[in-house]
Amino acid sequence: MHQMHGTGETGAVQPAIELRGIDKRFGAVHANKEIDLKVDKGTIHGIVGENGAGKSTLMSILYGFYQADAGTIHVDGKLCEIKGSEDAISAGIGMVHQHFMLVETFSVLENVILGVEGGAVLRDGVDRAREELRRLEREYSLDIDPDAIVGDLSVGLQQRVEILKALFRGAEILILDEPTGVLTPQEADHLFRILETLKEQGKTVVLITHKLREIMAATDNVSVMRQGAMVAHRKTAETSPEELSELMVGRKVLLRLEKGDANPAATVLNVENLCVDNAQGVRKVKNATFNVRAGEIVGIAGVSGNGQSELLEVLGGIRSATEGSVELNGQDITPGKGIDAAELRRRGVAHVPEDRHRMAMVTAFSAKEAAILGYQDDPAYQKSVFLDWPAISKATANMMAEFDVRPDNPDLKAANFSGGNQQKLVLAREIMRDPELLLVGQPTRGVDIGAIEFIHKRIVAMRDAGKAVLLVSVELDEIMSLADRILVMCDGAIIGEVAASEANERVLGLMMAGVDPNEAKAVEGQA
Amino acid sequence: MENFELVILLLDATLRTSTPLILAALAGMFSERSGTINLALEGMMLGGAFSAAAVAFYMDDPWIGLLAAIATTIALSLLHGFACITHKGNQVVSGMAINILMSGLTALVGIALFAQGGKTPALDKAARFQPITLPGAEAVKDVPIIGPIYFELLSGHNILVYIAFLAVPAAWWVMYRTRFGLRLRAVGENPGAVDTAGIGVVAMRYRAVICSGVLVGMSGAYLSTAQGASFLQDMTAGKGYIALAAMVFGKWRPFPALAACLLFGFLDAAATRLQGVILPGIGEVPVQLVQALPYVLTVILLAGFIGRAIPPKALGRPYVKER
Repeated sequence: MHQMHGTGETGAVQPAIELRGIDKRFGAVHANKEIDLKVDKGTIHGIVGENGAGKSTLMSILYGFYQADAGTIHVDGKLCEIKGSEDAISAGIGMVHQHFMLVETFSVLENVILGVEGGAVLRDGVDRAREELRRLEREYSLDIDPDAIVGDLSVGLQQRVEILKALFRGAEILILDEPTGVLTPQEADHLFRILETLKEQGKTVVLITHKLREIMAATDNVSVMRQGAMVAHRKTAETSPEELSELMVGRKVLLRLEKGDANPAATVLNVENLCVDNAQGVRKVKNATFNVRAGEIVGIAGVSGNGQSELLEVLGGIRSATEGSVELNGQDITPGKGIDAAELRRRGVAHVPEDRHRMAMVTAFSAKEAAILGYQDDPAYQKSVFLDWPAISKATANMMAEFDVRPDNPDLKAANFSGGNQQKLVLAREIMRDPELLLVGQPTRGVDIGAIEFIHKRIVAMRDAGKAVLLVSVELDEIMSLADRILVMCDGAIIGEVAASEANERVLGLMMAGVDPNEAKAVEGQA
Repeated sequence: MENFELVILLLDATLRTSTPLILAALAGMFSERSGTINLALEGMMLGGAFSAAAVAFYMDDPWIGLLAAIATTIALSLLHGFACITHKGNQVVSGMAINILMSGLTALVGIALFAQGGKTPALDKAARFQPITLPGAEAVKDVPIIGPIYFELLSGHNILVYIAFLAVPAAWWVMYRTRFGLRLRAVGENPGAVDTAGIGVVAMRYRAVICSGVLVGMSGAYLSTAQGASFLQDMTAGKGYIALAAMVFGKWRPFPALAACLLFGFLDAAATRLQGVILPGIGEVPVQLVQALPYVLTVILLAGFIGRAIPPKALGRPYVKER
């Protein structure tokens, strides 16, 4: 423990990190506004905020990825100039990035020693590193085979490699940026146990997340960011999810979606034994059989990468089905034989793809161009052989008004809208066509809380209007609050169905990890 | 016995034709393993060949010519790096630009200096790399089997041939057994991992293209001062591309790339030897077809028929810090 040797109260423990007046602009965007932050030594400190609130920027400044325009960083009470990652590492700061910074073709050991090889010839450092790795694994119960190839490991294990990397470099302060996004709830729990162990060993942990549940469960203190500014600091024990979400958004938010019971009617979408192979011939969807009725929302839960994306893309007509059949209101619409995305749209299947920037819109287009994508052949948008721009502008303005897209300027470039407003525009484009079936993937990824509430309401409104909705999301909270029935996918197969009323995170989490549904429920019964 | 001799001669020619390919393929490997596509091998080889021949002519020393070749190709590598690494330009375009530039520039400077239609004057013995007789070669010359293999096939090549073959295990060692190699491979797979480990991505990639320049410089010098005795306009005749194909064929690894170079070198040697020969049942050998085989094989490989060639993940992608 370090004693204060500067100004301030005597005898107090120095904070592990202290940021004073950190300011950062990217062109016109003011990403961090004079941020002050103190993180006490040996604590788990949460930083919470909406997407785009500036959390990641702040941490990137702390890790030397960006330089702050103004402000100072103090580590253990000492002023630190962090000009690059190497400065952060030598100040004892380690970071686990949201997108892992790992070389997938390397072994665990090679990844860990990269940058701290301990000699020009690898052999000199490798044995020592192996020894050290073994010690760290024991100390923090981070079991992992040092010779495994990282690309073959599950994401949970890859994350452990990232943590080991930081510890191997002697990190005393560990920053984790949205660490649970790619984990099952069980893997996330395991991660939090690891963080708890780190804390017991005297390390300081900074946890960046937008999930309030994690903040409440894992942290000692929490700081809230909103629109680039640090708006509040709380002791976790003295706050509540309601207060935090209000601080994040700046107004009251409904955390629980209010919706009535579903009144499912006739089957709209019927999927039988659907199989999908990818370009490499790997089966990504295995014998999926399910249906979606009018007036209900069916949610597909699963850890990212378990076939949900491929399933959604097939139903949207972007991929071909390898085997099996898909019917819409009794008509065969199996994608592949003459049925493509355009044909499906004509038949009343609206699709909001998972990846907004790659599939749902062209960010270099203006809003009005983005607003007719996929429907550009609609006679309403034509004037002889040309596009009828006045009509398109009017239609876009109408969509913007209806879905509260801001700013409501049809000529603005799509890239200049926030994530939430882009998504609202995409939803408006699809929903205002009044489709029979709405396919939605990750509707609120990269979307701020205020917009999430709005988007959820519109999806429920679709259901209440008697439409069939298929929702794919990796956010369990979202699935549980929106869906009426939940299907769980693991390794390409739908391994079970749970009624929303019976669903809870543990059961879904076990199923997402591939545990048989009956067993999962039994385990839950014992718990 | 006659057939045996023929095989020995063919293999002997294979070693000579594969030498520039091996050096250039290793050059390509260093560059591409670090994430920078190096289509400029052809132009660099040409530049190296010209510098080597011109300087060797003036200085009457092949070694100074070799140094000049390496200096030229390092300069070209830095130019490629400046466009691709510093300015994040399109790596294919930069490579092709260097190829076109060097094709014209070598001819232009050649005409300006020597006025021989783009050629450099013929080098005499002292200005070229001479064959080296390995120890004991004369002694075993007349021993059956071993004699021809050692004397004809292994002995009697110039120093650059031996350097090329020794460069393969050396490159392997550097790539897989040293800190430099680990970082180089990492920067071609995930530059973000290298950056966050506190290593400069840009510096790492520059070092890789400089290695590339050194190797391709030797390959150019080999063409004009070892295998040949002067620079001829466009004398590389696609060898840079063949070397690149061999590197891809060898899946960006030194020993498989060596095997591919030997195969392509063998095809080249065979094509020369088979010129005009009428084989029973086939008729006249279609030499052009044999010469096209390296490219055909590479395309087949890339199409996924002979195992899978997985390039370095960050190949062709300039490193931009994400926001």
